[in-house]
Amino acid sequence: MSLQHFCEWLAGTPGSTALHESLYLYLIVLSVHVLTLSLFVGTAAMLDLRLMGLTMQHVPVSELMTWLFPWTAAGFVLMIASGALLFYAAPLARYHNIFFRAKMVTLAFAAVNVGVFYRTIYRRRAEWERNAIPPRRARVAGGVALGLWALLILLGRMIPYQVYWFDCNTQPQPAIVNLLAGCALVGGK
Amino acid sequence: MSVFDFFKWLQYSSLLTAMRSSSWIFPVIASFHLMGLALLGGAVLLPDLHLLGVGMRQQPFAHIARNAERWMLVSLAILLPTGILQFMCFAATKYYYLIAFWVKMAALLLALLFTFTVRRRLLLGDETGLGLVRRRIVATVSLSLWGTVALAGRLIGFP
Repeated sequence: MSLQHFCEWLAGTPGSTALHESLYLYLIVLSVHVLTLSLFVGTAAMLDLRLMGLTMQHVPVSELMTWLFPWTAAGFVLMIASGALLFYAAPLARYHNIFFRAKMVTLAFAAVNVGVFYRTIYRRRAEWERNAIPPRRARVAGGVALGLWALLILLGRMIPYQVYWFDCNTQPQPAIVNLLAGCALVGGK
Repeated sequence: MSVFDFFKWLQYSSLLTAMRSSSWIFPVIASFHLMGLALLGGAVLLPDLHLLGVGMRQQPFAHIARNAERWMLVSLAILLPTGILQFMCFAATKYYYLIAFWVKMAALLLALLFTFTVRRRLLLGDETGLGLVRRRIVATVSLSLWGTVALAGRLIGFP
Protein backbone atom coordinates (compact mmCIF):
# COMPACT_ATOMS: atom_id res chain seq x y z
CA MET A 1 0.00 0.00 0.00
CA SER A 2 1.44 3.37 -1.02
CA LEU A 3 1.36 6.39 1.27
CA GLN A 4 -1.24 7.92 -1.05
CA HIS A 5 -3.52 4.88 -0.67
CA PHE A 6 -2.95 4.80 3.07
CA CYS A 7 -4.03 8.46 3.31
CA GLU A 8 -7.09 7.76 1.15
CA TRP A 9 -8.05 4.86 3.41
CA LEU A 10 -7.42 6.96 6.52
CA ALA A 11 -9.53 9.82 5.15
CA GLY A 12 -12.39 7.35 4.64
CA THR A 13 -12.53 6.23 8.27
CA PRO A 14 -15.42 7.68 10.30
CA GLY A 15 -13.11 9.20 12.94
CA SER A 16 -11.36 11.34 10.33
CA THR A 17 -14.63 12.78 9.05
CA ALA A 18 -15.91 13.30 12.60
CA LEU A 19 -12.76 15.20 13.62
CA HIS A 20 -12.74 17.19 10.39
CA GLU A 21 -16.34 18.28 10.78
CA SER A 22 -16.38 18.69 14.57
CA LEU A 23 -17.29 22.13 15.85
CA TYR A 24 -14.88 22.37 18.76
CA LEU A 25 -12.75 19.23 18.96
CA TYR A 26 -10.56 20.14 15.99
CA LEU A 27 -9.97 23.64 17.39
CA ILE A 28 -9.12 22.20 20.82
CA VAL A 29 -6.59 19.80 19.29
CA LEU A 30 -5.10 22.65 17.23
CA SER A 31 -4.86 24.84 20.34
CA VAL A 32 -3.10 22.09 22.29
CA HIS A 33 -0.66 21.72 19.38
CA VAL A 34 0.09 25.45 19.25
CA LEU A 35 0.24 26.17 22.99
CA THR A 36 2.44 23.13 23.68
CA LEU A 37 5.11 25.01 21.73
CA SER A 38 5.81 26.97 24.89
CA LEU A 39 6.46 23.73 26.81
CA PHE A 40 8.29 21.67 24.18
CA VAL A 41 10.25 24.24 22.17
CA GLY A 42 10.44 26.51 25.23
CA THR A 43 12.34 24.03 27.40
CA ALA A 44 14.32 22.63 24.43
CA ALA A 45 15.39 26.13 23.40
CA MET A 46 16.71 26.97 26.88
CA LEU A 47 18.87 23.82 26.74
CA ASP A 48 20.05 24.70 23.20
CA LEU A 49 21.00 28.18 24.41
CA ARG A 50 22.99 26.60 27.27
CA LEU A 51 24.77 24.36 24.74
CA MET A 52 25.63 27.50 22.78
CA GLY A 53 27.06 29.05 25.94
CA LEU A 54 24.45 31.81 25.89
CA THR A 55 22.68 31.17 29.19
CA MET A 56 22.98 29.64 32.69
CA GLN A 57 26.73 29.26 32.33
CA HIS A 58 27.17 28.11 35.94
CA VAL A 59 24.78 25.16 35.52
CA PRO A 60 26.38 21.88 34.32
CA VAL A 61 24.74 20.76 31.06
CA SER A 62 23.71 17.31 32.34
CA GLU A 63 22.11 18.87 35.43
CA LEU A 64 20.03 21.16 33.21
CA MET A 65 19.10 18.22 30.97
CA THR A 66 18.03 16.05 33.90
CA TRP A 67 15.89 18.91 35.17
CA LEU A 68 14.23 19.78 31.88
CA PHE A 69 13.95 16.32 30.28
CA PRO A 70 10.54 15.30 31.75
CA TRP A 71 9.07 18.65 30.66
CA THR A 72 10.53 18.54 27.15
CA ALA A 73 9.47 14.89 26.82
CA ALA A 74 5.92 15.65 28.01
CA GLY A 75 5.78 18.52 25.52
CA PHE A 76 7.05 16.25 22.75
CA VAL A 77 4.42 13.58 23.46
CA LEU A 78 1.64 16.22 23.42
CA MET A 79 3.04 17.70 20.19
CA ILE A 80 3.17 14.34 18.39
CA ALA A 81 -0.24 13.22 19.67
CA SER A 82 -2.02 16.46 18.76
CA GLY A 83 -0.09 16.66 15.48
CA ALA A 84 -1.10 13.11 14.57
CA LEU A 85 -4.75 14.04 15.21
CA LEU A 86 -4.42 17.15 13.04
CA PHE A 87 -3.07 14.90 10.28
CA TYR A 88 -5.87 12.40 10.86
CA ALA A 89 -8.47 15.16 10.43
CA ALA A 90 -7.36 15.75 6.81
CA PRO A 91 -4.90 13.07 5.69
CA LEU A 92 -5.01 13.76 1.95
CA ALA A 93 -4.84 17.54 2.28
CA ARG A 94 -1.79 17.22 4.55
CA TYR A 95 -0.18 14.60 2.33
CA HIS A 96 -0.36 16.92 -0.68
CA ASN A 97 0.67 20.02 1.29
CA ILE A 98 4.19 21.21 0.45
CA PHE A 99 4.66 22.91 3.81
CA PHE A 100 3.57 19.77 5.66
CA ARG A 101 6.02 17.67 3.64
CA ALA A 102 8.84 20.14 4.29
CA LYS A 103 7.92 20.15 7.99
CA MET A 104 8.21 16.35 8.21
CA VAL A 105 11.62 16.46 6.48
CA THR A 106 12.73 19.20 8.91
CA LEU A 107 11.48 17.08 11.82
CA ALA A 108 13.61 14.18 10.57
CA PHE A 109 16.67 16.48 10.42
CA ALA A 110 15.94 17.66 13.98
CA ALA A 111 15.79 14.05 15.17
CA VAL A 112 19.11 13.26 13.44
CA ASN A 113 20.69 16.34 15.01
CA VAL A 114 19.59 15.27 18.50
CA GLY A 115 20.73 11.69 17.84
CA VAL A 116 24.17 12.73 16.59
CA PHE A 117 24.61 15.04 19.59
CA TYR A 118 23.85 12.24 22.07
CA ARG A 119 26.11 9.74 20.32
CA THR A 120 29.13 12.00 19.92
CA ILE A 121 29.97 15.10 21.94
CA TYR A 122 27.48 14.39 24.76
CA ARG A 123 29.30 11.09 25.50
CA ARG A 124 32.33 13.16 26.47
CA ARG A 125 30.32 15.64 28.54
CA ALA A 126 32.45 15.03 31.66
CA GLU A 127 35.24 16.96 29.90
CA TRP A 128 33.21 20.07 29.11
CA GLU A 129 29.79 20.24 30.72
CA ARG A 130 30.93 22.62 33.45
CA ASN A 131 32.49 25.04 30.97
CA ALA A 132 30.70 28.35 30.57
CA ILE A 133 31.19 28.01 26.80
CA PRO A 134 30.86 24.39 25.58
CA PRO A 135 33.07 23.11 22.72
CA ARG A 136 32.28 24.01 19.14
CA ARG A 137 30.46 20.75 18.30
CA ALA A 138 28.05 21.23 21.20
CA ARG A 139 27.48 24.87 20.25
CA VAL A 140 26.75 23.84 16.66
CA ALA A 141 24.31 21.12 17.83
CA GLY A 142 22.48 23.71 19.94
CA GLY A 143 22.42 26.31 17.18
CA VAL A 144 21.24 23.84 14.53
CA ALA A 145 18.47 22.60 16.86
CA LEU A 146 17.34 26.17 17.55
CA GLY A 147 17.24 26.95 13.81
CA LEU A 148 15.31 23.77 13.07
CA TRP A 149 12.70 24.49 15.80
CA ALA A 150 12.17 27.94 14.27
CA LEU A 151 11.85 26.43 10.78
CA LEU A 152 9.36 23.83 12.07
CA ILE A 153 7.22 26.62 13.54
CA LEU A 154 7.36 28.63 10.30
CA LEU A 155 6.48 25.63 8.10
CA GLY A 156 3.71 24.52 10.47
CA ARG A 157 2.14 27.96 10.47
CA MET A 158 2.23 28.05 6.65
CA ILE A 159 0.38 24.73 6.20
CA PRO A 160 -3.14 26.25 6.01
CA TYR A 161 -1.89 29.02 3.71
CA GLN A 162 -0.65 26.88 0.84
CA VAL A 163 -3.93 27.30 -1.11
CA TYR A 164 -2.98 30.94 -1.68
CA TRP A 165 -0.07 29.87 -3.87
CA PHE A 166 -0.55 26.30 -4.97
CA ASP A 167 -3.07 23.53 -4.79
CA CYS A 168 -3.26 20.17 -6.54
CA ASN A 169 -6.87 20.97 -7.48
CA THR A 170 -5.92 24.20 -9.28
CA GLN A 171 -4.07 23.26 -12.44
CA PRO A 172 -1.98 24.09 -14.34
CA GLN A 173 0.84 24.86 -11.93
CA PRO A 174 4.60 24.44 -12.28
CA ALA A 175 5.77 20.84 -12.71
CA ILE A 176 8.11 21.23 -9.74
CA VAL A 177 5.16 22.11 -7.48
CA ASN A 178 3.20 19.09 -8.74
CA LEU A 179 6.22 16.91 -8.09
CA LEU A 180 6.90 18.25 -4.58
CA ALA A 181 3.25 18.08 -3.55
CA GLY A 182 2.78 14.66 -5.17
CA CYS A 183 -0.21 15.85 -7.18
CA ALA A 184 -1.93 13.09 -9.16
CA LEU A 185 -2.74 14.71 -12.50
CA VAL A 186 -5.99 13.73 -14.17
CA GLY A 187 -5.62 12.41 -17.71
CA GLY A 188 -2.02 11.27 -17.73
CA LYS A 189 1.16 11.50 -15.74
CA MET B 1 -10.82 60.34 19.09
CA SER B 2 -12.43 57.21 20.51
CA VAL B 3 -10.66 53.88 20.88
CA PHE B 4 -12.63 52.59 17.90
CA ASP B 5 -11.64 55.55 15.71
CA PHE B 6 -8.01 54.96 16.67
CA PHE B 7 -8.26 51.25 15.75
CA LYS B 8 -9.88 52.21 12.42
CA TRP B 9 -7.11 54.69 11.72
CA LEU B 10 -4.51 51.98 12.43
CA GLN B 11 -6.16 49.32 10.31
CA TYR B 12 -6.63 51.57 7.28
CA SER B 13 -3.23 53.26 7.36
CA SER B 14 -1.36 52.86 4.07
CA LEU B 15 1.27 50.54 5.62
CA LEU B 16 -1.36 48.13 6.91
CA THR B 17 -3.39 48.24 3.73
CA ALA B 18 -0.26 47.24 1.82
CA MET B 19 0.44 44.47 4.35
CA ARG B 20 -3.03 43.00 4.04
CA SER B 21 -2.79 42.81 0.28
CA SER B 22 0.09 40.35 0.60
CA SER B 23 -0.91 36.75 1.23
CA TRP B 24 2.34 35.73 2.92
CA ILE B 25 3.25 38.64 5.24
CA PHE B 26 0.56 37.82 7.81
CA PRO B 27 1.40 34.11 8.28
CA VAL B 28 5.14 34.89 8.38
CA ILE B 29 4.58 37.51 11.10
CA ALA B 30 2.34 35.03 12.94
CA SER B 31 5.14 32.43 12.74
CA PHE B 32 7.61 34.80 14.36
CA HIS B 33 5.00 35.53 17.05
CA LEU B 34 4.84 31.76 17.73
CA MET B 35 8.65 31.53 17.90
CA GLY B 36 8.49 34.28 20.51
CA LEU B 37 5.77 32.36 22.36
CA ALA B 38 7.99 29.27 22.47
CA LEU B 39 10.96 31.21 23.82
CA LEU B 40 8.80 33.04 26.35
CA GLY B 41 7.46 29.66 27.49
CA GLY B 42 10.96 28.49 28.39
CA ALA B 43 11.92 31.79 29.99
CA VAL B 44 8.79 31.78 32.21
CA LEU B 45 8.72 28.05 33.01
CA LEU B 46 12.30 27.66 34.23
CA PRO B 47 12.18 30.13 37.15
CA ASP B 48 8.60 29.10 38.01
CA LEU B 49 9.46 25.38 38.14
CA HIS B 50 12.46 26.38 40.23
CA LEU B 51 10.22 28.35 42.60
CA LEU B 52 7.75 25.45 42.82
CA GLY B 53 10.62 23.33 44.13
CA VAL B 54 10.66 21.03 41.08
CA GLY B 55 14.34 20.10 40.66
CA MET B 56 17.51 22.24 40.71
CA ARG B 57 17.55 22.49 44.52
CA GLN B 58 21.30 23.13 44.59
CA GLN B 59 21.22 26.06 42.13
CA PRO B 60 20.64 29.59 43.43
CA PHE B 61 17.33 31.13 42.30
CA ALA B 62 19.02 34.32 41.16
CA HIS B 63 21.33 32.63 38.63
CA ILE B 64 18.53 30.84 36.74
CA ALA B 65 16.23 33.85 37.13
CA ARG B 66 18.70 36.41 35.81
CA ASN B 67 19.48 34.26 32.76
CA ALA B 68 15.82 33.48 32.09
CA GLU B 69 14.96 37.18 32.37
CA ARG B 70 17.43 38.06 29.63
CA TRP B 71 15.75 35.60 27.27
CA MET B 72 12.33 36.75 28.36
CA LEU B 73 13.28 40.25 27.22
CA VAL B 74 14.46 38.81 23.89
CA SER B 75 11.16 36.94 23.50
CA LEU B 76 9.20 40.11 24.32
CA ALA B 77 11.25 41.98 21.71
CA ILE B 78 9.96 39.41 19.19
CA LEU B 79 6.41 39.11 20.54
CA LEU B 80 5.48 42.77 20.96
CA PRO B 81 6.25 44.07 17.41
CA THR B 82 4.81 40.96 15.72
CA GLY B 83 1.78 41.10 18.00
CA ILE B 84 1.19 44.79 17.33
CA LEU B 85 1.42 44.21 13.56
CA GLN B 86 -1.10 41.35 13.69
CA PHE B 87 -3.40 43.51 15.80
CA MET B 88 -3.10 46.45 13.40
CA CYS B 89 -4.08 44.25 10.44
CA PHE B 90 -7.62 43.83 11.79
CA ALA B 91 -7.81 46.30 14.69
CA ALA B 92 -11.19 47.84 13.93
CA THR B 93 -12.99 44.97 12.19
CA LYS B 94 -11.96 42.10 14.48
CA TYR B 95 -9.94 42.86 17.62
CA TYR B 96 -12.12 45.71 18.87
CA TYR B 97 -15.09 43.33 19.19
CA LEU B 98 -13.22 40.35 20.65
CA ILE B 99 -13.48 39.84 24.41
CA ALA B 100 -10.47 37.49 24.14
CA PHE B 101 -8.35 40.40 22.87
CA TRP B 102 -9.23 42.67 25.79
CA VAL B 103 -8.75 39.79 28.26
CA LYS B 104 -5.34 39.12 26.72
CA MET B 105 -4.30 42.77 27.02
CA ALA B 106 -5.42 42.94 30.66
CA ALA B 107 -3.70 39.64 31.53
CA LEU B 108 -0.55 40.74 29.68
CA LEU B 109 -0.39 43.97 31.65
CA LEU B 110 -0.85 42.11 34.94
CA ALA B 111 1.66 39.39 33.95
CA LEU B 112 4.33 41.96 33.07
CA LEU B 113 3.69 43.95 36.25
CA PHE B 114 3.79 40.84 38.42
CA THR B 115 6.88 39.40 36.71
CA PHE B 116 8.96 42.55 36.99
CA THR B 117 7.91 43.48 40.54
CA VAL B 118 6.79 40.76 42.99
CA ARG B 119 8.30 37.75 41.21
CA ARG B 120 11.54 39.51 40.32
CA ARG B 121 12.07 40.71 43.89
CA LEU B 122 11.46 37.21 45.24
CA LEU B 123 13.81 35.56 42.72
CA LEU B 124 16.67 38.00 42.97
CA GLY B 125 16.27 38.84 46.63
CA ASP B 126 17.61 37.32 49.81
CA GLU B 127 17.35 33.52 49.66
CA THR B 128 16.85 33.07 53.39
CA GLY B 129 13.47 34.76 53.36
CA LEU B 130 11.99 32.37 50.80
CA GLY B 131 9.30 30.23 52.38
CA LEU B 132 8.11 27.36 50.17
CA VAL B 133 4.46 28.44 50.45
CA ARG B 134 5.23 31.97 49.31
CA ARG B 135 7.40 30.68 46.47
CA ARG B 136 4.67 28.34 45.29
CA ILE B 137 2.03 31.07 45.37
CA VAL B 138 4.20 33.42 43.30
CA ALA B 139 5.00 30.70 40.74
CA THR B 140 1.33 29.70 40.47
CA VAL B 141 0.21 33.31 39.97
CA SER B 142 2.91 33.80 37.32
CA LEU B 143 1.99 30.61 35.43
CA SER B 144 -1.73 31.45 35.62
CA LEU B 145 -1.25 34.98 34.30
CA TRP B 146 1.01 33.95 31.41
CA GLY B 147 -1.27 30.96 30.74
CA THR B 148 -4.23 33.33 30.44
CA VAL B 149 -2.26 35.50 27.99
CA ALA B 150 -1.44 32.46 25.83
CA LEU B 151 -4.93 30.97 25.98
CA ALA B 152 -6.69 34.26 25.22
CA GLY B 153 -4.20 34.79 22.40
CA ARG B 154 -5.15 31.42 20.95
CA LEU B 155 -8.85 32.29 21.22
CA ILE B 156 -8.26 35.44 19.14
CA GLY B 157 -7.29 33.16 16.27
CA PHE B 158 -10.52 31.14 16.44
CA PRO B 159 -12.82 31.40 13.42
